[in-house]
Amino acid sequence: MNIQTRAMNLSARLVPMHWQVRAAHLAQQALDRVGLAPKTPEFTESPLPDVSTLAIEDIDVSNPFLWRQGLWGSYFKRLRDEQPVHFQKSSAFGPFWSVTRFDDILFVDKRHDLFSAEPIITLGDQPAGLAIETFIAMDPPKHDKQRQAVQGVVAPRNLKEMESLIRQRTRDVLDHLPVDKPFDWVSNVSIELTARMLATLLDFPYEQRRKLVYWSDVAAASPETTGGQVERDEFFPAVAEVARSFSELWREKEARRDAGEEPGFDVISMMVNNEDTKDLIHRPMEFLGNLALLIIGGNDTTRNSMTGGVLALNRFPQEFDKLKANPALIPNMVSEIIRWQTPLAYMRRVAKQDVELNGETIRKGDKVVMWYASGNRDERAIDKPDEFIIDRKGARNHLSFGFGVHRCMGNRLAEMQLRILWEELLARFDRIDVQGEPEYVQSNFVRGYTRMMVKLTRKNQG
Amino acid sequence: MGYMTFIEHDGTRHKVEIEADKSLMQHAADNMVPGIDADCGGECACGTCHVIVDEAWYAKTGKINSSEQQMLEMTPEGAPTSRLACQIEITDALDGLVVHLPEFQM
Repeated sequence: MNIQTRAMNLSARLVPMHWQVRAAHLAQQALDRVGLAPKTPEFTESPLPDVSTLAIEDIDVSNPFLWRQGLWGSYFKRLRDEQPVHFQKSSAFGPFWSVTRFDDILFVDKRHDLFSAEPIITLGDQPAGLAIETFIAMDPPKHDKQRQAVQGVVAPRNLKEMESLIRQRTRDVLDHLPVDKPFDWVSNVSIELTARMLATLLDFPYEQRRKLVYWSDVAAASPETTGGQVERDEFFPAVAEVARSFSELWREKEARRDAGEEPGFDVISMMVNNEDTKDLIHRPMEFLGNLALLIIGGNDTTRNSMTGGVLALNRFPQEFDKLKANPALIPNMVSEIIRWQTPLAYMRRVAKQDVELNGETIRKGDKVVMWYASGNRDERAIDKPDEFIIDRKGARNHLSFGFGVHRCMGNRLAEMQLRILWEELLARFDRIDVQGEPEYVQSNFVRGYTRMMVKLTRKNQG
Repeated sequence: MGYMTFIEHDGTRHKVEIEADKSLMQHAADNMVPGIDADCGGECACGTCHVIVDEAWYAKTGKINSSEQQMLEMTPEGAPTSRLACQIEITDALDGLVVHLPEFQM
């Protein structure tokens, strides 16, 4: 724990959390003025070269425009074929190893004794001055305790209770979509549905649900972390607002608990009522970290799979015909969408000791990036990996949820949301036509869409 | 060769013939027993082949290593005789084995 985090914990009982975040922001601005703050990388887009023109050591897959420019596939194929464990010595995020084959990724993910998830799972470090702590970036045993405190919220038993609510909210969104007229699928469907889901999980004021989306977008998009576009002066105020809103929500749940009320099934109530997390509010960096994890984890991933599924069915129209002929394929298709999209490109680790992997020696302290997006297209593990096949055999055996102790906690919720979406779409629409090209997120981490125009054709009620 | 039985959460029983040198998970997969997802394909890395071994058989299914223990702790459906089916090697000594499937795989 660094000095600043310790100071925040000590003062947390006296000073509102959002003031602390504001103070951290002012401190960074002051350091900036006197030239002491770490330099934030700046990313300006220019066309990237064809990968065949590059020397292998010059390939830099941390470039946040690789996804947007549609070149990630060829870049990663070359790494998988020629140097599956690859070292890039001078990226904007410092030196790092890329692990690009399915089996090697599985190895790294399983061996938390060799590879640490601390201090952060993105390629770059966190914005200076705010060392948020979250269990996705903690090693056992601390990780295990914190995860166990909240994982019940997305446990299948809890989801069964929530299924009808999710279906009702999905129907409401779909019933109000324009028909025979182009509109933006990302904003009207993907973002709206995930915002509703998050507000439900967090018991967050429903009419303010789009704030959750905004916070998630800001938190996942700082340039030093993922090569995104958010400025520090936008980042800190957003975090301060998260701190304020959720402190209020937390206090409210505490008051209900103290009044002897039965706890609700939302995340905050669960944490307030759990021995290991009931004092979390006195540890601001952990408090913010766990909230950020749940908000980002439930936002970008499902949202971009909701868009990605529509895009995939447009790229492979025969699969849409197959789906309409046999809607029982939906659950299998959901897994295939999650593989094909791989909404989060990677998770980062740090080697805890020297490790030999596929002929390379990774040194203790080196950053190691497991590129799920590449492993999910590895010809050695997956048959015709670039094709989208809704009745693919073994569709569940993909890397998108990660493996080992950090495996995605919300996987069943994500699958359920996507399954319900497709069940309800098929009941209403005959065609979902993508109009033109979608627009892509700038990031080396989030494989997302900012805009995708579609046109719906209603199903003939014969 | 002997037999073993998977019992689904709703009570449906599946009697499966034992084949040596295959894990319990593989037996379920090869015999289309529903309720075993095995997302990681038998690497002890996803926790989706969780079974609850019948108490009488638990001691005979072998030792649990630390990575299996860790994956089992991640499921809210855990029971004292929980195991991951991919980590149970089936031998003739398990002729008659009975395992229960949880309501959900996490």
